[in-house]
Amino acid sequence: MAAPNSKHDRPTTGHSWDGIEEFDNPLPRWWLWIFYATIIWSVVYWILFPAWPLINGATAGVLGYSSRQDVEAEMVAVDDANAVWYQRLLDTNLNDIAEDPELQRFAVNAGAAIFRAQCSQCHGAGADGLRPGSGFPNLLDDEWMWGGTTEDIVQTVTYGIRNEDFPDARYSEMPSFGRDGLLTDEEITQVVNHVLNISGQAHDAALAEAGAEVFDLNCSSCHGVDGGGDQFQGAPALNNAIWLYGGSEAEITASVQNAHFGVMPGFADRLSEAQIRAVASYVHQLGGGQ
Amino acid sequence: MARQAPTLFETGGNAKNTTKGRKKMWDYVKLIVLAAVAVLAAIAASHARDIAYLVHMMIFMGAAVIAFLWQIRHMGEAVHNQNEYMDGVVRYGVVATAFWGVVGFLVGVVIAFQLAFPDLNLAALQGYGNFGRLRPLHTSAVIFAFGGNALLATAFYVVQRTTAARLFGGGLAWFVFWGYQVFILMAATGYVLGSTQGQEYAEPEWLTDLWLTIVWVAFLLVYLGTLIKRREPHIYVANWFYLAFIVTIAMLHLVNNLQIPVSLFGSDSVPVWSGVQSAMVQWWYGHNAVGFFLTAGFLGMMYYFIPKQAERPVYSYKLSIIHFWALIFLYIWAGPHHLHYTALPDWAQTLGMTFSIMLWMPSWGGMINGLMTLSGAWDKLRTDPVIRMMVVAVGFYGMATFEGPMMSIRAVNSLSHYTDWTIGHVHSGALGWNGMITFGALYYLVPKLWKRERLYSLSLVSWHFWLATIGIVLYAASMWVTGIMEGLMWRQVDAQGFLVNSFADTVAAKFPMYVVRGLGGTMFLVGALIMCYNLWMTVRKVGEAKPAATAAVAAE
Repeated sequence: MAAPNSKHDRPTTGHSWDGIEEFDNPLPRWWLWIFYATIIWSVVYWILFPAWPLINGATAGVLGYSSRQDVEAEMVAVDDANAVWYQRLLDTNLNDIAEDPELQRFAVNAGAAIFRAQCSQCHGAGADGLRPGSGFPNLLDDEWMWGGTTEDIVQTVTYGIRNEDFPDARYSEMPSFGRDGLLTDEEITQVVNHVLNISGQAHDAALAEAGAEVFDLNCSSCHGVDGGGDQFQGAPALNNAIWLYGGSEAEITASVQNAHFGVMPGFADRLSEAQIRAVASYVHQLGGGQ
Repeated sequence: MARQAPTLFETGGNAKNTTKGRKKMWDYVKLIVLAAVAVLAAIAASHARDIAYLVHMMIFMGAAVIAFLWQIRHMGEAVHNQNEYMDGVVRYGVVATAFWGVVGFLVGVVIAFQLAFPDLNLAALQGYGNFGRLRPLHTSAVIFAFGGNALLATAFYVVQRTTAARLFGGGLAWFVFWGYQVFILMAATGYVLGSTQGQEYAEPEWLTDLWLTIVWVAFLLVYLGTLIKRREPHIYVANWFYLAFIVTIAMLHLVNNLQIPVSLFGSDSVPVWSGVQSAMVQWWYGHNAVGFFLTAGFLGMMYYFIPKQAERPVYSYKLSIIHFWALIFLYIWAGPHHLHYTALPDWAQTLGMTFSIMLWMPSWGGMINGLMTLSGAWDKLRTDPVIRMMVVAVGFYGMATFEGPMMSIRAVNSLSHYTDWTIGHVHSGALGWNGMITFGALYYLVPKLWKRERLYSLSLVSWHFWLATIGIVLYAASMWVTGIMEGLMWRQVDAQGFLVNSFADTVAAKFPMYVVRGLGGTMFLVGALIMCYNLWMTVRKVGEAKPAATAAVAAE
């Protein structure tokens, strides 16, 4: 119905608010039909899929769809497809896996995927320990804290290091020489200079000489007389340029003062034995496997 | 003439004297209440169990003391002229909108660059200014502080103009405005100090929630009261949307914030809902915060300012009424689409998805009405950058309300969920629709409210328009790219079903796009700063307009 005084060519509703009028246009047809189409589509969807809640449960839909069953089926399909391979991983002697190119390819592939999901958070997506001195070991080199054979790696991955979840976790503990008063500040300065010396860095020769004795009495039982480390105790070598917690004078001093207690979780309850073998095979072939 | 214009109120001298007496008594009541609030807040502050609660009580105390002093200096002042629109509170709302907008955009730019360059989470700021603390500050600042003040200011302006009545409740509108600023302060300080109940867009703890409830009920009273005493026979469509926004937000806020405080003197509380029920209530709230705060409320804005700026009638009354009711009815069901492939039962996911699909056309009804209102005035797009802003806003609204239903489809969602695609979607809506329509409304309002004859500079509006538009495009496009890319990278498996990418790989791959997003956000921020300058100069430098009708006269 047109307002008699409308100044517009088309009919308006006749109201005006603060000068705003409204045309009396019909609903756009295309708009209405698409609206109807979405309603029809929804009704069809409700018939096909679980949709409306009833007193006990909900309508199930004629397709029998269930998101949980779908994901379960998908996982079972993948597991089934790989079951033969996982069995072969279990049946093959650890040291012989690498001898079988086909099996090795599968192990490395599976291990890489597990590494991305479970290990990369600490060791880095590239397994380089994120950055030097991060406290997370670089797995690309041949410097190993607890041994670099496939068997050693399987042991470390299975039970982890210094965690409280597994009695078989690898364990050792460096004393906090400064904090617990085992060494004086002077002795620490001396021994740090000795470590700088054996790792080929700039040092004060006099302090280092005095430090050699401190080292011999306090450190050599774990780190070795020559500072070469001891994989049975997870004691890192100190006579090279590879540092878990940094190799500067300040960083070494901090390590001697307060020690470190790096923890790695065990994966025995998260990964199957075959998966652990796969990830160990992957890590072993990254470059430093022994 | 279609009908008779209602006559103005007649206020006689005698009536004025008695109201003045009553006013003075009422002022004393207010003083007593304010003093009591200040004392109680001080007592509570001394018992505070955590820093956030302490700060909140200090804010209460400070606000009560300031209000007390103000009241003492304005005791028994003359009753306002009932025939004049109450525009002071709208002016404050406009300033608050611009201010909080800049704050919110700035924090957004900061956290965008914190994501691109994690070192910007400065060690000195840990626990206060790191991404985790600033992210809710950003979302709440833009949604509730910027968007909320924009809605408050325009609702108060529009309801007066379209009902030809002064705001109901005397000074109640002022309480709503200042009360809302106190809420913003409490929320912001709470986030930075780590007081949060951990629900997205509903982070404030129980004390802040309670305060907002009081303010919101007052808002509803002012709004409804004004509608009831209207002097127009019909209620204009913008008011339906504003009212739906106010009522629904009240309901959502109450249900999603059902919490039991651990102590009356601490921020912590325990939610009533748990597990998947909690998730469902949260996203019922979360999606309808988008639906009723950012869609319905802003559609109210659109329905007033576009016809006013275009000086054209609204395209279709029928469409407005049908799309309003369809939108209101359908939106409230759509929340579960935020929980596809979770512990939420499949049937609830299906309902959320199908109602989202059905919501597509009802949402587009607003876009059609906005765009088609310009038919016959398309030439204005060339000459008027303000209308251009509003049209782009409606365009982004249409885009976001198509993208939303599409992303709610289970199969699409399995790719898009948890990725940056969602962030891009939200921002094309928030920056494009909410931001641009608000800018348009501010450009319209400032000359009107400060009685200036025009804006200071239309070319600066153009600058703002292009900076903002290109900024949004950069933002949305970069997030679409990273979103789809990371979605594909996450699900990428090799022939044997093994994962191809680690999470860190996907993060590293997004870096260039994160920088582009930060630049887009910066452009949007710069545009907003230009707007602030332009509006400031409009008030300061532009000459007074010829006396315009400020009296509450019903339209012809």
